[in-house]
Amino acid sequence: MTGTNPGISPAANGVAPGMHPAVDPAIDAAAHSSAPGGLVKSVVELDRVVIRLAGDSGDGMQLTGGRFTSETASFGNDLSTLPNFPAEIRAPTGTLPGVSSFQLHFADHDIMTPGDAPDVLVVMNPAALKANLMDLPGGGLLIADSDEFTPRNLAKVGYASNPLEDGSLEKWQLVSVPLTSMTTDALADSGLGKKEAERSKNMFTLGLLSWMYHRPTEGTIRFLERQFRRKPQIAAANIAAFRAGFNYGETTEAFAVSYEVKPAPMAPGKYRHISGNQALSYGLVAAGQRSGLPVFLGAYPITPASDILHELSKHKAFGVRTFQAEDEIAGIGAALGASFGGALGVTTTSGPGVALKAETIGLAVMTELPLLIVDVQRGGPSTGLPTKTEQSDLLQALYGRNGEAPVPVIAPRSPGDCFDATLEAARIALTYRTPVILLSDGYLANGAEPWSIPATDELPDLRTEFATEPNGPDGEFLPYLRDPETLARPWAVPGTAGLQHRIGGLEKADKTGNISYDPENHDFMTRTRQAKVDGIAASIPATEVDDPDGDARVAVIGWGSTYGPIGAACRRIRASGRSIAQVHLRHLNPLPADLGEILARYDRVVCPEMNLGQLAMVLRAKYLVDVHSHTQVRGLPFRAAELAAVFQDVIDGTTGTVATLDTGSDTPAQTGAAL
Amino acid sequence: MTAIDSSNTESTNAHVHDLGMPAGPDITTISGAIDASIAANGEKQTALKAKDLKTDQEVRWCPGCGDYVILNAVQSFLPSLGIAREDMVIVSGIGCSSRFPYYMNTYGMHSIHGRAPAIATGLAASRPDLSVWVVTGDGDALSIGGNHLIHTLRRNVNLTILLFNNRIYGLTKGQYSPTSEVGKVTKSTPMGSIDAPFNPVSLALGADATFVGRAMDSDRKGLTDVLRQAAEHQGTSLVEIYQNCNIFNDGAFELLKDPNTGPMWTIPLVHGEPLVFGPGGASCVVRDDFGGLRIAESNQVDASQIVVHDAHRDDPSYAFALSRLSTQDLRYSPMGVFRSVVKPTYDRMMADQLEDAAAQEPADLDALLAGSDSWTVQ
Repeated sequence: MTGTNPGISPAANGVAPGMHPAVDPAIDAAAHSSAPGGLVKSVVELDRVVIRLAGDSGDGMQLTGGRFTSETASFGNDLSTLPNFPAEIRAPTGTLPGVSSFQLHFADHDIMTPGDAPDVLVVMNPAALKANLMDLPGGGLLIADSDEFTPRNLAKVGYASNPLEDGSLEKWQLVSVPLTSMTTDALADSGLGKKEAERSKNMFTLGLLSWMYHRPTEGTIRFLERQFRRKPQIAAANIAAFRAGFNYGETTEAFAVSYEVKPAPMAPGKYRHISGNQALSYGLVAAGQRSGLPVFLGAYPITPASDILHELSKHKAFGVRTFQAEDEIAGIGAALGASFGGALGVTTTSGPGVALKAETIGLAVMTELPLLIVDVQRGGPSTGLPTKTEQSDLLQALYGRNGEAPVPVIAPRSPGDCFDATLEAARIALTYRTPVILLSDGYLANGAEPWSIPATDELPDLRTEFATEPNGPDGEFLPYLRDPETLARPWAVPGTAGLQHRIGGLEKADKTGNISYDPENHDFMTRTRQAKVDGIAASIPATEVDDPDGDARVAVIGWGSTYGPIGAACRRIRASGRSIAQVHLRHLNPLPADLGEILARYDRVVCPEMNLGQLAMVLRAKYLVDVHSHTQVRGLPFRAAELAAVFQDVIDGTTGTVATLDTGSDTPAQTGAAL
Repeated sequence: MTAIDSSNTESTNAHVHDLGMPAGPDITTISGAIDASIAANGEKQTALKAKDLKTDQEVRWCPGCGDYVILNAVQSFLPSLGIAREDMVIVSGIGCSSRFPYYMNTYGMHSIHGRAPAIATGLAASRPDLSVWVVTGDGDALSIGGNHLIHTLRRNVNLTILLFNNRIYGLTKGQYSPTSEVGKVTKSTPMGSIDAPFNPVSLALGADATFVGRAMDSDRKGLTDVLRQAAEHQGTSLVEIYQNCNIFNDGAFELLKDPNTGPMWTIPLVHGEPLVFGPGGASCVVRDDFGGLRIAESNQVDASQIVVHDAHRDDPSYAFALSRLSTQDLRYSPMGVFRSVVKPTYDRMMADQLEDAAAQEPADLDALLAGSDSWTVQ
């Protein structure tokens, strides 16, 4: 589907659309030779590459992908990753349910997604091939570990003959490499048994890819030394396998070309790569430091949120207490108890856990104590898809409690943004004395991107005042006498003399906080709690509308992790000569005060979501806007090309334009527009 | 008992934490901000009277409820512990007993059904300077909150848990509870309950609770004695208080309260004393052939066979065997402290880990954010 003018056209760089440049030294370009052993090796320059590594759950694909990401980040490319793994820790070896993959998109320019489809697919066994081949566009480079294509492994996934040999893969550039046996050969003198030596094949593969893409290798060697510092023999074997893979690439005739992707221009500063869960954890540590409050995390292990518990438990030196509770309810209960005592109480979970915590969130609404509830969303309902991403907890976050129980809801838009969103959630919780739900998701949690390391002294000032003196007219303490501006009630911590008071889940009398069944009081308090949360909108900056052309008649509105794919799709739309405005919400409750007016400016509003239209429903209800909802619940992020096609249809339906767009759905988009 | 860092007391508006302090709060204190807040009002007042612990809230239990007696006993004996009101926190769940915090002039939270031990755990673990109490009932602690109770006990968080056991659901108007006897006819069991009940003391000992006691609501002296030991215990202490619900389960403990029958069935537990009870010391506790305990007639056994109560035995099997002397109809009810052993407390161990971590590597937010694989773009 080559684009026709003014549709989006393929990129320059001498690379045919849909093709990772062939393994053919004749291919042009900036090719220059380098040649140990008389081999002529050429180097081709690319602007971006999408690589997917796929293997058995036990093959170490996530680790390999993570290391390749680190190498790529330190080289200076922009990047985005998509780990994709089964919920089973070790499904039976070599079977389809056990396939685990890691996709990395890296580029010499600013990118927004892990890529719609891979240019290069590395498969460690027949199951990985079967599970991933349909995503590899024709002409794509396919590297397979031929050692694992045994009759037994082929039979496990229903291959009647070996696809590496029967010609069925001729549509792709197939390179069969005996990765396993080359690894064991390289480690023949390591003293390791064959089985143990085989486990280093992922490092051999990483070495080969590192050669192919000119990645720096020192970081991986340092990493392996650190990781296995107590097992020097294992460290040495992994390093030897890594080097053997690199050297193999350099000397083999199977790969005549290597590729260069130049560093991406980035604003000056210090960078690292960071995953969403890591950024969120650091945000919590930073919130504790900037508020001067001890952080208390009460959590029960749950995918994909557990890594936050793991990360925070390493940071006790910051006064961070982590409590692995007996269940989800105890996790939030303990966090709320700690908040009552003056801590920044936090609980981390995923959708099923939020369901269990609902009653305690209601108690936090009633007691008006600061509390952070982190929901790293996954596919639902029920146990759903534990390791896959989804945005289907929005309505649960907004409304999933008994009674009128308004809770502010914040959503980060990218892995690195999890840091800032966490600080914002803490600001709201502490300023307004309220529970706040932070809606991350599995894609943000495990995905990674380069992150500009912030200056800590420029982070928001989260200092909070505790009550120290009675505030009543007769020298008494009134725990529900509110700040006139924020409507927050005083936070008096146990240990403070003269401010003893009782709070709880029963309705409170205004000011005194005593139990009250008075009808007028309940009506007043219900409206006051709502007004307090609504009032947060006054502290939210004006909504950013990204409309570089300024004449868009269609706006796309999203929230959370769809920011990348929506942004990439908007770039494609604009590259095709159309205009589109992008609005991405961080605050889902309260919504920004200017949002209604913004949406009213456009002829059409499109709302893509990884659910069945939850934000769209809210927007329709609140603003009476005829929102066009585009939804998908595949457990995977949107593809930019697919969204671009949707946007184009809406725009052309609105404006009558007839131009076509290369949706790129069956090719890796080699568009001039950055993705 | 509150450790206040005097360095935080110099400024009256010190409740705003000074961010200029080096990263890594001094965690020998709770946190700069909290310490400053609780220090702002100067000296702790620990010389209290019972009336100092009363609130202006009208007590709303049914007239004649056993809860009144317990409230009075607690308000009377608490001042003797020398704890300032502001350093006490009472956390409760849902049920009649859980209204308790409203009547105590301390800090308090009347939380949600069954969750008080979890909430109190977070508070006690993050504020080891406080005296944290949980007031709960048989439905709250053993039914909806059973999970939190056993896990709190095994962790040995520094909490005192008062479990008011009236063997009925009172606040929901008379359904059977997890301690109701088999065959009990209630609104939800018109043909009699078919649920085997928990023995709360056995349950707690099964969770390896470090302090377990039992007392009767109307026995002011015995109750106070057990409560005092429970309050002084470092770690989780559980006190089961037999409490009469005069509306829905009146007379549930009459067998033990009646001056004629009570002494026959009550086994007073006194550390270091032989387990002899009944009129004239007619009954006693001896070991059985299977490692457990049994009741015997004192004149049928040699004095050396009579078990001398040892509440400090590390192995909970003995205390568990004691708890199994009780039957559902309360015949043979040991009353007093079953077990009181010293084990490290959760909050202390947590604080120790924080201190160790800070000593090993000072907290440096810049270093944390930069990580070990950063790069610089010029």
